[in-house]
Amino acid sequence: MRRRRDSFYEPLEFLDERLGAGRGVRFLMDYVFPDHWSFLLGEIALYAFVVLIATGTFLALFFKPDLGQVVYHGSDPVLRGQLMSTAYASTVKLSYNVSGGLLMRQTHHWAALVFLAAITTHLLRIVFTGAFRKPRDVNYFVGVTLLMLAILEGFAGYSLPDDLLSGMGLAIAWAVAMSLPLIGGPFATALWGGRFPGSGVFESRLYIAHVFVLPAVLAGLIAVHLAIIMVQRHSQFPGPGRKEDNVVGTPLWPAYALRSLGLFAAVAAVLVLMGGLIQINPVWLWGPYHTYLGTNGAQPDWYLGWLIGALRLMPNLEISVFGHTLVPNPFFGGALFPTVVFAVLYALPWLDRRFISRDHARHDLLQSPRENPRRSALAAAGFTAVAIVFAAGSADRLFFQFGFGYEGAIWFFRGAFLVLPVIVYVFTHRLCVELALERAHPLRGWEGAVVARDPDGGFTVLEGRADDVYASGVSSSAPRSSATDS
Amino acid sequence: MTRRLLICAAALCAGLALVSLALADERGGGTRTTAAAGSPPGAAASTGGTAATSSSGAGAVSGEGAALLAKGRVLFGASCAACHGLDARGVPGRGPNLRGVGALAADFYLQTGRMPLPVSKQQPLRTRPAFPPRQIRALVAYVASFGGPPIPSVHPGRGSLPYGEHLFALDCAGCHTVQGQGGIVTGAIAPSLNVVTQAQVAEAIRVGPYVMPRFSAAELSDGQIDSIARYIRSIQHPENRGGWGIGRIGPIPEGMVAWLLGMVALLIVARLIGERRESDPGSGAGPGPSPGPEPGSGPGLGSGSGSGSGPGLGSPSGGGGHG
Amino acid sequence: MARPGGGSPAQGGGPPRRAFRLLVVVALWLSGALRRRRERRVAGPPVSDPSARHTGAPRSVERTLLAVLAAVPLACFAFAALFVLHPDTQLLGATLGVALALTAAALILAGKRLVPQETKVEERPRHGDARAVQDVLGRARAGAEGITRRRLLAGAAGAAGAGLTAAVAVPVVALGPGIDDQLAQTPWRSGRALVDESGAAILASAVLEGSFLTAFPAGADKEALGSPVVVVRVEPAALRLPPGRETWAPEGLIAYSKICTHAACAISLYRSPLSPTTQARGPALVCPCHYSTFNVLDGASVEFGPAGRPLPQLPLAIDAGGALRAAGPLSGPVAASWWGDAK
Repeated sequence: MRRRRDSFYEPLEFLDERLGAGRGVRFLMDYVFPDHWSFLLGEIALYAFVVLIATGTFLALFFKPDLGQVVYHGSDPVLRGQLMSTAYASTVKLSYNVSGGLLMRQTHHWAALVFLAAITTHLLRIVFTGAFRKPRDVNYFVGVTLLMLAILEGFAGYSLPDDLLSGMGLAIAWAVAMSLPLIGGPFATALWGGRFPGSGVFESRLYIAHVFVLPAVLAGLIAVHLAIIMVQRHSQFPGPGRKEDNVVGTPLWPAYALRSLGLFAAVAAVLVLMGGLIQINPVWLWGPYHTYLGTNGAQPDWYLGWLIGALRLMPNLEISVFGHTLVPNPFFGGALFPTVVFAVLYALPWLDRRFISRDHARHDLLQSPRENPRRSALAAAGFTAVAIVFAAGSADRLFFQFGFGYEGAIWFFRGAFLVLPVIVYVFTHRLCVELALERAHPLRGWEGAVVARDPDGGFTVLEGRADDVYASGVSSSAPRSSATDS
Repeated sequence: MTRRLLICAAALCAGLALVSLALADERGGGTRTTAAAGSPPGAAASTGGTAATSSSGAGAVSGEGAALLAKGRVLFGASCAACHGLDARGVPGRGPNLRGVGALAADFYLQTGRMPLPVSKQQPLRTRPAFPPRQIRALVAYVASFGGPPIPSVHPGRGSLPYGEHLFALDCAGCHTVQGQGGIVTGAIAPSLNVVTQAQVAEAIRVGPYVMPRFSAAELSDGQIDSIARYIRSIQHPENRGGWGIGRIGPIPEGMVAWLLGMVALLIVARLIGERRESDPGSGAGPGPSPGPEPGSGPGLGSGSGSGSGPGLGSPSGGGGHG
Repeated sequence: MARPGGGSPAQGGGPPRRAFRLLVVVALWLSGALRRRRERRVAGPPVSDPSARHTGAPRSVERTLLAVLAAVPLACFAFAALFVLHPDTQLLGATLGVALALTAAALILAGKRLVPQETKVEERPRHGDARAVQDVLGRARAGAEGITRRRLLAGAAGAAGAGLTAAVAVPVVALGPGIDDQLAQTPWRSGRALVDESGAAILASAVLEGSFLTAFPAGADKEALGSPVVVVRVEPAALRLPPGRETWAPEGLIAYSKICTHAACAISLYRSPLSPTTQARGPALVCPCHYSTFNVLDGASVEFGPAGRPLPQLPLAIDAGGALRAAGPLSGPVAASWWGDAK
């Protein structure tokens, strides 16, 4: 009764009486977030997605998804009078003549790059801490699907403006679609409405995919992703008072809500500052695309760098029978490689249960990477393999900047792809084991003598190397202080 | 300290200016001085120089011309003949015949420092010119005396910017990138065009140095070269409407900026938010209410900077050793 | 503090000196802060009840927060004014970015210092109840009680579902034209003239050795992948074309499809060595996407890179007027390969 004077009372009462909102809001306010910075990587991705939706909506108001050719009569002196598609012309116009248009476009593009960077770091955290284990395997599948769709979404956006770079990227995408076994030719032909560059229908299909279908699916899956977290509660790192059956941390209201909103504002600030101050994808500098034009070292956005790397690394193998092609070359780098990578990612919970950790139990406490050397080493090796292919995608710039011959570099990367993951595996495994031992006791590896204090006050020097003394279980309590105080 | 540095720099500049002035006096013409003073290849002011040398390409035989030719012959014998032969007919396996390449090619290779080449199997790359302008003039005059095209005159002002862009995209962007930032072809580097002069653009198009294709006047007319030169001039002075240009080569620097600037900044913010203040209970760097040898006091990952070594050495409360 | 020699003390410091002092002060402050931080860490936090609630922020926090929040509307106003008056991308980004950054700072400060700080322990809900699963299954089965031809009905329902799915999927067919042989078609026929981009005929004499030229079939769509070809001229004696193509390169003029057989990018690089002494390798066409390198002399065989087959060659002829014409269709399918194409 006393609270009736509270101006928030009536709106809340309104919602509570009709929807039972009171209990829901109370659940949210009490929801506990464990404190660790690495739990915020996914939040960065979430907030980048919000920025993407906001800026993308603005851009969609001005962009025209039409490949019809027009002569440009706009503000750019280099393009004036050139033949180009309406899509490209509208992108240039939106960059030149719409107030804030270029800011929005650049912020949108930076947000896309950061969105995928955040998802990738988030994935690394999940994999290295074993957060994909039961019961979070379900949510892990949702997350990997989100990564895949986000890459598709990013590529669709990169391809829309029909500038020279995006056109070349689409040509490659078409070739990869063509290379799919059995269905490739008809599939690509149907999608593009004919042989590339197609009848122009592809642009509108790409547009609908980019501004409606994929964002809707992404938003839906993000909602599912968050709902599953809420149902299961956050995982947490082990620590004082933290157990499998509880969650220790800051409740949402008030501190965490403010901090998370602060992160949202920080993500938006970084993206807007980058969008305003650092030039990205200046399409007016690339010029319009025509099928017979090409520019040196055309590259996709970074999140597809591993695919161009795979396409470039692949030796010129093309499987054919009786003079007919069976498996064209782009299939290996452009379709098979990402399929294998994503298959491994999807299979990871099962692989971990069955072969790596051999652990079927439910885990709500995370592991430090050092606690599971096998998994950490395998994951490091796997990501190294992808990273090498990624690096190979820029071998041409390495040649240009540093003079490493291109062909030699390609052979080097082919070799490194096979060899380096093994080295990384061995190194990481050793590192994890050492770190775990170091955590077991920090003086491991110390070469001095270890003394123990006798009950009567005297000291005895324990025999052997300090390592072995500790390893043999003369552990923490007695000698520790005497050693540390020395 | 700083003031002294400034004084040193000023003195150095003054000295350089004096030297270049002296050189200019010696030559009697002023425009090439910057190149002579050993400025980075980018700064070479060239249009004036082109005009100056093109007359010698035409082969005007005056007294001065003859002296120039004689000087060029001496220089050629000293610096070029080892690979191209004293008579400029080339030496098999070392260097090609230069008869008929004309002032155009000689000017290009010498002005851009591509010749003389230290190792004859190497790709000639742009460096600081090996000779002062006067000697280059002499060498160019000598090579031109065997016949061949003169140094082309380029008039970017007569060209069309959009047409230049289109021609560049069709014929040049494949190797040099559409923004002229340089690229590669298997076995060679296509240099960036940030520092080329207009005359060098035309010369390179006609010569086709190293592995670059060359273009006849029937394929690219002088008027078309004017347009290309105008476009190259525009990309040498980019407007960068979007802000910091980060190299104008597309996604590679963009990805690096997204990670190294954007993602790193956000990770710092995340660390700021994700860590409780140290005096708060239940947070990172210390044992909680349940003392004992907890494996790892920090919330894992080895990321909490001190959390690996912290607990053992730093927290006597864990083992209770002081007693 | 050692004073750097040279400057007279009377001057008291130009900008460099002031900057230096500032640096020293900042360094001292930082080292002090770090030491305090380390001391705190070594000492360990006071052991207290984890569920304790810390309320009441220092006044200084509130003051800072007020200052930061007051600056936000200023930056926002600057953004709005610029948007209307002078929409410069950099200024817009800077003002809006600063407004957002200040907001972030305020929110984070408030979240960490202003509002009550507490740690809560929540019990985690346990999922997985075998009895519930059994119960659900039992109820589901009970729903089919009394039905005799269960299997048949289930089969019929499955068929109905499959039919509906197929019916919904049928419109996908509308996406594209059927499979026809258009993938292999190109506009090149015997006698078709080669023209340059502007539509002018190409004279054989215009193409120098060491040069390259993009050509199109006269009157055809230039954008079609089958259209563009690259024409180059090489020393006829150096040619080692596959058997049957002896007449395809008159005077050493040779034409290949400009579209890469790997991933359909335009082959816009021509490596054309000027002198064999500096570059031993012969002329090659190179794709700018994945650097597939095609040897011009022997029918565009793949010298390096991922392309799986040579570029299709266009047989050339020189007509009475000295212009280039096609002497036949391209030697193979253009652009990317697909399952079942004829090489």
